[in-house]
Amino acid sequence: MIANYGYKDGSGDFFISIDTDRCDGCGDCVEACPADIFEMVEDEFDIEAENDVAAVTSEHAKKLKYSCGPCKPASGFEKAELPCIRACGPDAIGHSW
Amino acid sequence: MAEVEKGAEYWRWTESRWTNPEMDWKDGEVVSAGVDVGSVSTQAAVMVDGKLYCYSSMRTGSNSPESANNAMKWALEGTGLTIDDLHATVGTGYGRVNVPFAAKAITEIACHARGGNFMYGPGVRTILDMGGQDCKAIHCDERGKVKAFLMNDKCAAGTGRGMEVFADLLGVHINDVGEMSLQVEEEPPPVSSTCVVFAKSEASGLLRQGWPKEKVLAAYCSAMAHRVVTLLERIGVEPEFAITGGIAKNPGVTNRLADELGVKLAKTDMDTQIAGALGAALFARALYLKKIKGKK
Ligand code: SF4
Ligand code: SF4
Repeated sequence: MIANYGYKDGSGDFFISIDTDRCDGCGDCVEACPADIFEMVEDEFDIEAENDVAAVTSEHAKKLKYSCGPCKPASGFEKAELPCIRACGPDAIGHSW
Repeated sequence: MAEVEKGAEYWRWTESRWTNPEMDWKDGEVVSAGVDVGSVSTQAAVMVDGKLYCYSSMRTGSNSPESANNAMKWALEGTGLTIDDLHATVGTGYGRVNVPFAAKAITEIACHARGGNFMYGPGVRTILDMGGQDCKAIHCDERGKVKAFLMNDKCAAGTGRGMEVFADLLGVHINDVGEMSLQVEEEPPPVSSTCVVFAKSEASGLLRQGWPKEKVLAAYCSAMAHRVVTLLERIGVEPEFAITGGIAKNPGVTNRLADELGVKLAKTDMDTQIAGALGAALFARALYLKKIKGKK
């Protein structure tokens, strides 16, 4: 399941997606993100699921552009080098911008 | 200016309850229930052996546990059932962890998908829930399992709350807003902002310029529809397309939305506001059956 957290406004699309089928619940993104954007939650989409999955906190989902600002300088950045993406072994995290 | 009656509650949508006249819960085996405590409204749905038996839909009060209790009591009124008779209950919605008699809380996204699947049939692939305070787009499979979702709770645009404010401003009852907005001969340009605060002052300006109410409503409904269409672009719309939640009852928004997307809306004769509670009741039934099986 792909969970999209974020919003769209006049300045663009700001979404972080988490593929809950890939996420193995390791929690490494929670540790790696300097802005504390992620939290581990029960996988409520799959009542059979055994491990927790990562989610974006609702507080940050409303202001991702700003929360991720320090990681994404206007001078440019590589998506693959973002701390969250580097931390995630199973490649479960995606950024729309 | 629009004539607005002082003290009239134009925003007050109709609370409702219903019991299936063709069913008797005493004939059933498993009675499962779902309660959806939203920021604006609360619904309780009771199913007997997987069929909808009764429900209620009312305004959320000052606290979640009390709203859940009230909604469930009202749903059960006159049926002879009590909360103790329910085999399993699942809570969902914004106040889902505060449903006192629920065995489990499940996110409203999963519940709307499951409830939408029940309400509109297994052909539904995209469900748009237009609720009181937020708007969610969900892709699901033929069993109502979520494949992808997107939630927008950044502002009240495209939500029931925004519509309530508007109904009050124009002095048009919220139940009539949709139909009235369709009575324009020509579609006016949409208001430029759906942000409630800005849209409100823009609408007051239009009224002062002498625009009739239906034209102002049309401009607002189409702005709301357009805003949701841009949100849907992110995950795409796969037919069949269905809308749940209170705004699903407003043809002024839903017809414009369907036109702009170029899709047909799936139809149901059930109350679209109970989709979340219905999904929760279906999950409650599944959990209960699993538990029974585990014991045997
Ligand atoms: S880009 Fe930086 S701030 Fe944003 S989620 Fe990744 S690690 Fe956290
Ligand atoms: S790092 Fe990746 S796999 Fe680990 S919890 Fe985060 S999203 Fe899931």
